[in-house]
Amino acid sequence: MNAPASSPYALPLASAAAMRHIVSILLENEAGALSRVAGLFSARGYNIESLTVAPTEDPSLSRMTIVTIGSDDVIEQITKQLNKLIEVVKVVDLSEAPHIERELMLIKVRATGKDREEMKRMADIFRGRIVDVTETTYTIELTGAGEKLDAFIQALDKTAILETVRTGASGIARGERVLRV
Amino acid sequence: MDPGTKFAVAELTGAEIVVRCLAAEGVEYVFGYPGGAVLFIYDELFKQDKVKHVLVRHEQGATHAADGYSRASHKVGVCLVTSGPGVTNAVTGIATAYMDSIPMVIITGQVPTHAIGLDAFQECDTVGITRPCVKHNFLVKDVRDLAPTIRKAFHIAQTGRPGPVLVDIPKDVTTQTSRFEYPEAVAMRSYNPTVKGHPGQIKKAVQLLLEAKRPMVYTGGGVILSDAAPQLTRLVRMLGFPCTNTLMGLGGYPATDKQFLGMLGMHGTYEANMAMQHCDVLLAIGARFDDRVIGNPKHFGQVPRKIVHVDIDPSSISKRVKVDIPIVGNVREVLDDLLKQLEGQAQKVDQKALAAWWAQIGQWKAKDCLRYDRESKIIKPQFVIEKLYEVTKGEAFVTSDVGQHQMWAAQFYKFDQPKRWINSGGLGTMGFGLPAAMGAQLANPGATVACVTGESSIQMCLQELSTCKQYRLPIKVVNLNNKYMGMVRQWQEFFHGNRYSESYMDALPDFVKLAEGYGHRGMLVERPEDVEPALREAFGRKNELVFLDFITDQTENVYPMVPGGKGISEMILAEDL
Repeated sequence: MNAPASSPYALPLASAAAMRHIVSILLENEAGALSRVAGLFSARGYNIESLTVAPTEDPSLSRMTIVTIGSDDVIEQITKQLNKLIEVVKVVDLSEAPHIERELMLIKVRATGKDREEMKRMADIFRGRIVDVTETTYTIELTGAGEKLDAFIQALDKTAILETVRTGASGIARGERVLRV
Repeated sequence: MDPGTKFAVAELTGAEIVVRCLAAEGVEYVFGYPGGAVLFIYDELFKQDKVKHVLVRHEQGATHAADGYSRASHKVGVCLVTSGPGVTNAVTGIATAYMDSIPMVIITGQVPTHAIGLDAFQECDTVGITRPCVKHNFLVKDVRDLAPTIRKAFHIAQTGRPGPVLVDIPKDVTTQTSRFEYPEAVAMRSYNPTVKGHPGQIKKAVQLLLEAKRPMVYTGGGVILSDAAPQLTRLVRMLGFPCTNTLMGLGGYPATDKQFLGMLGMHGTYEANMAMQHCDVLLAIGARFDDRVIGNPKHFGQVPRKIVHVDIDPSSISKRVKVDIPIVGNVREVLDDLLKQLEGQAQKVDQKALAAWWAQIGQWKAKDCLRYDRESKIIKPQFVIEKLYEVTKGEAFVTSDVGQHQMWAAQFYKFDQPKRWINSGGLGTMGFGLPAAMGAQLANPGATVACVTGESSIQMCLQELSTCKQYRLPIKVVNLNNKYMGMVRQWQEFFHGNRYSESYMDALPDFVKLAEGYGHRGMLVERPEDVEPALREAFGRKNELVFLDFITDQTENVYPMVPGGKGISEMILAEDL
């Protein structure tokens, strides 16, 4: 009996094209529900680009938005596995149809001398709002799709950025489509 | 459920509520081990006689016993263990049940609510530790939630794809009081498993099955769990198709039937694996195309075939293999609907094509892939299983541990009935066999229960021999003793250049004396001619546990074998070597 060269344990991995998806989840607003979702992603090796969660208008339910990257097969498994969680009420892949995606960023920048005016102008161009001011800094609030926030950061002089905080994307379907009980 | 307790309203302690809930669920046995956090519950168990407690010797044994009890009956297995180490010891058994979709409810004690998170004595994050290996779990912080939570736990455990559900109860909750009312029904907006298969999909499946030229029926544990063996048997016979079962599905179709090709998979028969690979229409029922069954999914996908997949769990469908006609639903209900539609069909299967396919299968069968040396002067393990089958007339409940002996038991014991073959298929837990046999015996008093094991596996839950004595469980332990972790040794022989790293069992106990030490009978069997008489004597002793220590051939391997990562038709056969 000849031993095979490669490991006898290895299984080939699927290598289909991975795409960005935005998955919306309606789940019971209960202790531990978030860890079940997060645990599922880590246990099964799925990506989480961002995750946001907060209660809905019905305080017994939470709405979660997860941005993930995966091939169609992986996304299918993700939605099926999420649906299997006892506390998950509904799951929808928003990327399947037209949808709106928004993320909030708070960014604190150095604003001194001639840069101060330039910073104000940049915020205006991106429809940001200056929400806090000191003699040397601005804190700008900016909302939009992830790419817009990326573009804003790109447009700034890196050394001017003191701090950024982003919420991760929240999403909702366009038109009549709704995700509710 | 006992209607007397269901609507009773009274102010009870949490501990009383737990026991009343178990009684209301009709729980016959609780497998457990006491400890600080569950003392009040144990006190309540002491005061009543409806729910019987089985004291194991290690919490792992409790979970496997409850698991075996469930597999050998149609009931939910129930465990009760204390906080901290009680829980961590139980985790292996919980994960075992989870992988094989066995309905269980595990009640665990927890430190008092005010101590949670403060690193209290015997505290662990039970809900966190068990989260990935349960179908669901709960921490009950308010005594008023206790009864509804336990009701939900039993509901979740046995509906949809079954699985273990854990209820963690802090000690102070067991002393607080609440009105007790056992809820009659459970309504959960977030949990409503599909039971009925989609009629349109079933119609398409019927069409596809009737057009098949080289059909194959492949079934798994779902058939056993949904109690659909009679439906499956009718369907397969009506169609005249070949049928194979997975390790978890054995007994789903009668093994002595001529349409049965044996088990498939890594150690499946040549004919089952070849038919699986080369069929043009595959009907998969309650099975999940896992790595031990189809091997490399890419290799499997090289042959074009249409697949119908029936499963209650949508996530099992198109997970490793793309499926053409998915049918989500309870296997039994779907098979009932399939049968109904088939019976009304004028169109019949192409008999000429089917005859040619059976002729091809006949050629594969002629390989006689399970052949072994019957003239051997050393006991062959396969021979022991064959004799076990004869002596028990194929009617025993057979549990097994994990390794070569498990595969030989699966290959050579012909299970004609469901729920008779009890093994850890998914997690592959050594130590499962003996405690599972205890559960099987308690679920079926008077029935013949055999635990097929090896000298390595048996030592992983050996302490339960003591439990067997206490409850007078007349299990027959069939120890295939080759002084090796046989399956590890086999892989080392095949894939690691015969370097038997740590797979040799030195300093083994004298199993006969060991059995006697626990108050049982032990028998040492060393010659092939003694195998059958020894088995006859042991199984004749209806009221005692007999530990049969068979000294078997150390070099024997399990064939056929599909090496990991290979396709299922790429088997190593005994004759190849």
